[in-house]
Amino acid sequence: MARVLINLPARAKRGEIIEIKTLIAHPMETGYRVGPAGAAIPRDIINRFLCTYNGEEVFRAELFPAIVANPFIAFFTIATESGEIVFSWTDDHGETQTEVRQITVE
Amino acid sequence: MDERSPGAPTRRLVLLTAAGFGLAPLARPAGATPAAMEEAIRALVGEAAVERGKVKLELPPIVENGNTVPLTVTVDSPMSEADHVTGIHVFNEKNPQPYVAAFGLGPRAGKAVVSTRIRLADSQQVVAIARLNDGSFWSDRTDVVVTLAACAEG
Repeated sequence: MARVLINLPARAKRGEIIEIKTLIAHPMETGYRVGPAGAAIPRDIINRFLCTYNGEEVFRAELFPAIVANPFIAFFTIATESGEIVFSWTDDHGETQTEVRQITVE
Repeated sequence: MDERSPGAPTRRLVLLTAAGFGLAPLARPAGATPAAMEEAIRALVGEAAVERGKVKLELPPIVENGNTVPLTVTVDSPMSEADHVTGIHVFNEKNPQPYVAAFGLGPRAGKAVVSTRIRLADSQQVVAIARLNDGSFWSDRTDVVVTLAACAEG
């Protein structure tokens, strides 16, 4: 499991626009670099990111090799109700890492 | 980055090999060109016209390290049910691939602002295109000067 940093407010007012910042540890190997033996290092990147708020999709991203190692993505969403915000990152091998954060809306 | 292991070829060996095969500049995959970028943009927007405005693409004008370049795209939109941004797409001219990232959002976003960090292989123009729910496309272009390119060690 890769290390993940997610920054969002634990509490928000109803209807408030909140910023969510995410970062996941990943080499984002482009597939264009050459290893010590002269062979190309195979591509291995996170190509998809999805954020859902109580099951409803609020943000998604499709990533390409031009995104840096340890991809950082920041975006906004409206705090509509208390509940779960779920983040998932999917890599080239089809493996998905999921993180859940709680938010309290008052 | 630094991948020197005991078995790694020395600089001399690499240079000799390169000279021997006539590969003075290490063989790099054919990169994206401004034409390839326009093609990728065309594939996204189809026949629709891309208008300038509404979108603000923020990148530092001079980048010391192309391996990590902060990028923010802001779209001037009320983000209401009736009028919102559905996608933000970022392209570049000279990386190996023209596509940088594509973001999907909707009225739940509150405001159409996305930030990330990208790699830039050379000084070039970066383009951000926003797709609105009415099917129109808006764009912004920024020129970036990169002093140390990403993948330079490639």
